[in-house]
Amino acid sequence: MISSCRFLPRVSGLALFLFLVMPYPSLVPARAADPAEIRIGYLHLAESKQQPISLLDEPTDDDGIAGARMAVEDNNGTGRFTNQHFSIDDMRLKPSDDAAAAAKSFIDKGILLIVVDLPPGMVLTAADAGRASGATLFDAGSSDDSLREEDCRANVIHTAPTRSMLADALAQYLAWKRWQRWLLVTGSHPQDALYADALKRAAKRFGATIVEERIFKDTGGARRTDTGIVQTQRQMPVFTQNAPAYDVLVAADESNVFAGYLPYRTWDARPVAGSAGLVPTSWDPAHDSWGAVQMQNRFIKLAHRRMKAIDMQAWTAVRMIGEGATRTQSADPAKIIAYIKSPSFEVAAFKGQKLTLRDWNLQLRQPILLSDGRTVVSVSPQEGYLHQTSELDTLGYDRPETKCKLN
Amino acid sequence: MQAQLIRRGRIRRWPPLLLSLALTLGATSSAFAYTAYVTNERDNTVSVVDLDKMQTVKTIQVGQRPRGIVISPDGKFLYICAGDDDIVQIVDTKSQQVVGDLPSGPDPELLALNKTGDLLYLSNENDALVTIIDVKERKALAQIPVGVEPEGMGVSPDGKIVVNTSETTNMAHFIDTDKRDVVANVLVDARPRYAEWKSDGSEVWVSAEVGGTVSVIDPVKHVVTKKITFSVPGLRSEAIQPVGIRFTKDGKLAFVALGPANRVAVVNAQTHEVEKYLLVGQRVWQLAFTPDQKYLISTNGVSNDISVIDVADLKVIKSVQVGSFPWGVAISPE
Repeated sequence: MISSCRFLPRVSGLALFLFLVMPYPSLVPARAADPAEIRIGYLHLAESKQQPISLLDEPTDDDGIAGARMAVEDNNGTGRFTNQHFSIDDMRLKPSDDAAAAAKSFIDKGILLIVVDLPPGMVLTAADAGRASGATLFDAGSSDDSLREEDCRANVIHTAPTRSMLADALAQYLAWKRWQRWLLVTGSHPQDALYADALKRAAKRFGATIVEERIFKDTGGARRTDTGIVQTQRQMPVFTQNAPAYDVLVAADESNVFAGYLPYRTWDARPVAGSAGLVPTSWDPAHDSWGAVQMQNRFIKLAHRRMKAIDMQAWTAVRMIGEGATRTQSADPAKIIAYIKSPSFEVAAFKGQKLTLRDWNLQLRQPILLSDGRTVVSVSPQEGYLHQTSELDTLGYDRPETKCKLN
Repeated sequence: MQAQLIRRGRIRRWPPLLLSLALTLGATSSAFAYTAYVTNERDNTVSVVDLDKMQTVKTIQVGQRPRGIVISPDGKFLYICAGDDDIVQIVDTKSQQVVGDLPSGPDPELLALNKTGDLLYLSNENDALVTIIDVKERKALAQIPVGVEPEGMGVSPDGKIVVNTSETTNMAHFIDTDKRDVVANVLVDARPRYAEWKSDGSEVWVSAEVGGTVSVIDPVKHVVTKKITFSVPGLRSEAIQPVGIRFTKDGKLAFVALGPANRVAVVNAQTHEVEKYLLVGQRVWQLAFTPDQKYLISTNGVSNDISVIDVADLKVIKSVQVGSFPWGVAISPE
């Protein structure tokens, strides 16, 4: 008798009604004081209209902020027991807007903990504007290494992984596969060159050889044309022909101009990695290990779509604030930040181990997922890459190499 | 016809029907051996391990993603969380077949039975609820809201308090089983997975998988009185991820499964000092004693086996191959 014995249909209508209208009635004992309020600001750009190569990658209106909202819910789940309440104030900027003014308007409202999903220049402007008032930024959106190195700030904590962390994560896996000869294809935009630099550094660190680097020039044009497929099918083999012998094509295309067209279209039968094919990322909608299924389910329930890397990076930032508030039993931003920067800080984020902060540049240490777009193929650091402090420090710039001088 | 069978010096009388059943089921095996039932998360099966022969003798097909498993005090039934089917399945240990299910609510992961075996407490991870089930009536009696992603579940020896752990809220919630209500919350380290009471009810231990610690909680004052930490030479601290906990009946020793550290820690339960680390299979999560406490069994997820620990000698004496990704284990009372 295997029948579907679910609980809900068995509860009487009234009980169910009471349960739904009075969430957690018994869990909040009569308290003298209202919950301590922890307000978090969220600064991001207006929705991008730039079309991605794949229709599946279209930006959504709530990219990132949806992750922050879920973390607020999670924090409030704990807050019921600790008499703390978290909320988020969301502000959207145009690329031409003044990030300093935006940060100040949060500070004027007493909001000193601000999650930002902004380009590197705007992150710095906002950080410097907020510094005197004691505001701390959580950089959830920028993978720029310079923000953690020469341009690091004592009031910017980074939950987004850097390009060098992503590139090292990929290089470790390719080394494990012994795909050590790379054909590097780089886009023609500045951020593509930065990613290519990180990949070149990774190749050197993990013993790969770049047999040739080619630049794919962005000549503009629309992503969507009804018969675009016909041209792409001819263009990509031609672009990749006559390459020296290689094991894997590694693409640096942060601008999403061409990499998505490479798999199955290279002249030689070779796998693609980097900006397409096997992609290093902080999160993937298919990640299902270490309890991640619960996270994915909760996110879909809240946002009615699947969870992206930027959502995870924003979730982690707000959860870090939640951890700070819970552990210090305080709503004081200074105390919360002092805890996050202390050696006792750690946060769980469905990556199979605790995430901690690099004290020399305030970058969150984290395992990096390698996704093929359907499944998580592997998670770096790979076994065997040892480190005296944390194996996670085999990813990205390590303490001895850093150019960062905090304060 | 009545038959006498001898095991460990005891003489037992068996009614003819049972004897013939035993003979038909496993004529070659010692009919009174302890049996370990191991849920294999990836295979959707339960491995039946004969602990006298130290080998898997049968595999039972169950629902999707079986994890938490307990056995009724009389040994007649197994209750298994089939998380992806949103049910708790009942397996008859004689026929070794699924004979029914319990209304668990969505995504049940871990469960605990009270001493008399009539009430089941289980966590619904997706909905932040603890469900209480009347086993005989096969119906849910109550659902209690707890923190985000509840998992661990420990019933106090007197049955009056159930401790539930919530993995994202990082708390141990003390639930009064009469009031069916949370009466206290204790903050512990990151991702608490498991709660276990000492048999005299004096302490509850809660493991924090990501935090890497075990919190010793005073169940009257509801405070953490001690945090046990672990360190294995040559092993990075992130790999130490405590999950399952078991105490010996005399309350002297505790065993803590350390996940990807591939070790079970032996802890002096009185001084809270770690005395020894036993190397077992890969990613060890849950533990169970044989009723005589001669052996402790650990489930090793990544190496697809269980380790058998000799409790008196504190030595790993055997590993037994089971199914894919063994998760939980329950052992027959005889």
